[in-house]
Amino acid sequence: MTDTDGWFADATRDDEEGLAAAVREGSATEPRDWPREAVEAGFAADEDEYYDTLHAATTAATHAAVTELEQADDRQLVHAVRAMDDCRRTANELAERLAEWAGTVDSEAASGIEYARDLAASGRLEGEPGAKPITSLAARVVDLADEADDLREYVERQTPAAAPNLAALAGPVLAARLISLAGGLESLAKKPSGTVQVLGAEDALFAHLRGHASSPKHGIIYTHDAVRGTRSEDRGSASRALAGKLSIAARVDHYSGDYRPELEAELVERIETIQARAEGGGGDDAETGGETDD
Amino acid sequence: MTDPALPQGVERREISGTRRLATRGDPVYGEPTDGEWRAWNPQRSKLGAMLASGMDTGLEGGETERVLYLGAASGTTVSHVADFAGPTYAVEFAPRPTRDLLSVVDSRPRLFPLLKDARKPETYAHVVEADVDVIVQDVATRGQARVALENRRFLADDGRLLLAIKARSEDVTRDPDDVFADVLADLEGGDESEGGYEVLETQRLDEYHVDHLGVVARPR
Ligand SMILES: C[S@@+](CC[C@H](N)C(=O)[O-])C[C@H]1O[C@@H](n2cnc3c(N)ncnc32)[C@H](O)[C@@H]1O
Repeated sequence: MTDTDGWFADATRDDEEGLAAAVREGSATEPRDWPREAVEAGFAADEDEYYDTLHAATTAATHAAVTELEQADDRQLVHAVRAMDDCRRTANELAERLAEWAGTVDSEAASGIEYARDLAASGRLEGEPGAKPITSLAARVVDLADEADDLREYVERQTPAAAPNLAALAGPVLAARLISLAGGLESLAKKPSGTVQVLGAEDALFAHLRGHASSPKHGIIYTHDAVRGTRSEDRGSASRALAGKLSIAARVDHYSGDYRPELEAELVERIETIQARAEGGGGDDAETGGETDD
Repeated sequence: MTDPALPQGVERREISGTRRLATRGDPVYGEPTDGEWRAWNPQRSKLGAMLASGMDTGLEGGETERVLYLGAASGTTVSHVADFAGPTYAVEFAPRPTRDLLSVVDSRPRLFPLLKDARKPETYAHVVEADVDVIVQDVATRGQARVALENRRFLADDGRLLLAIKARSEDVTRDPDDVFADVLADLEGGDESEGGYEVLETQRLDEYHVDHLGVVARPR
């Protein structure tokens, strides 16, 4: 199929799979009078037959595309984001082990992935004792770090399909982590926003329950700019506002799947209001005036 | 208010004790029915609201009228369109509502679902035919004018664009009237290669949809 062909150009009318694939994957710069061209080319006997075939092909194509995207959704994401975090953590741990070991023969040894990358690429330990296993370990660290990057890319591509609103508000990676912590999009959608606010803070929460620490104000959402970029006195409000919007986003994603750009705009507005308190005490801000902070 | 003729296949009928717009087809969203007629709820449909408020949409109805519908969602409105018009292409890019759209399509042989992004017409120009009579657009996303301009290539020279502009999708913080003015200016401007639209009629749809503007336009 070229850029000037219709969806029916490369298949016959009984090739249902081929036609559905052409609907999904094809493209053209300009539309043309496809029904007439299809009849002229002998693809269909008349317009009625053409439209009947088009109905079957678009329905099959759309069904397949929807199924694929839905399967690519939360369960796949949960595994992918967990694997990504495991790869990253393991790469960092091994990089530390590598630094200790390489430090015995390399005066410039440093911990971190960059050092491993450098060592694996340069082979500069040649001739030193242990050069071979050390360099090989460095290569494994690099592989794991690259795997983590690839998984991150996968998560960034898939999250907007699985949870468009959550991805828009939280960013795709944090969105995937929240889904993972909740155990799926559905259970995230069913959690009250107070729970969303402390997801990932369970360790801190248990410490608090055992009497060791103060009540956690925010879980993993503390990594969001809306919280990080807010001065500490107002972080409680910021993370509560953020958690509220994220809960709404998760519900819209789970129950309807529509993308609602206004959610993001509302969040921005809300956070700006909270941050504005830092300047001038927010006296002109009636909406947040009645809110009590922890 | 003069009431321009409704398209063939759309009638005002008394259903469950109230006069309502109605089309003939399988029910889709729990709307009240009377025999084969089903009520078209303008509260749930911007095109329904445009018709209910007497806008001159230029819609004729009948099986030769061809429609490209952008932002079909789960099919509430496009199901009515397919009931009264001919071949109807329904573009929607979110998978979940499209799943519901598929069941709407089952009983409507001239309704064609497409899981595509309306900002990328090349991805469906090999399927959607040229010179459709009507483009209905209800995408509720930022850049509504751009979507209309990008899809102008599908519209016949004497065709109509029926557009619902949602102010909050462009900018929640601005006055809706300012947002509408900007979107209309963009529509009329267009870019060199695409050409713009001439706006024929606008009307606030607030009675049914807060901060929405209904627009009827034709290619310029
Ligand atoms: C207000 S809803 C449409 C409701 C529908 N027209 C009705 O009345 O039944 C807007 C829809 O546009 C879709 N949408 C937004 N941007 C889109 C795009 N670029 N391409 C296709 N669909 C889009 C959204 O996913 C959403 O389902």
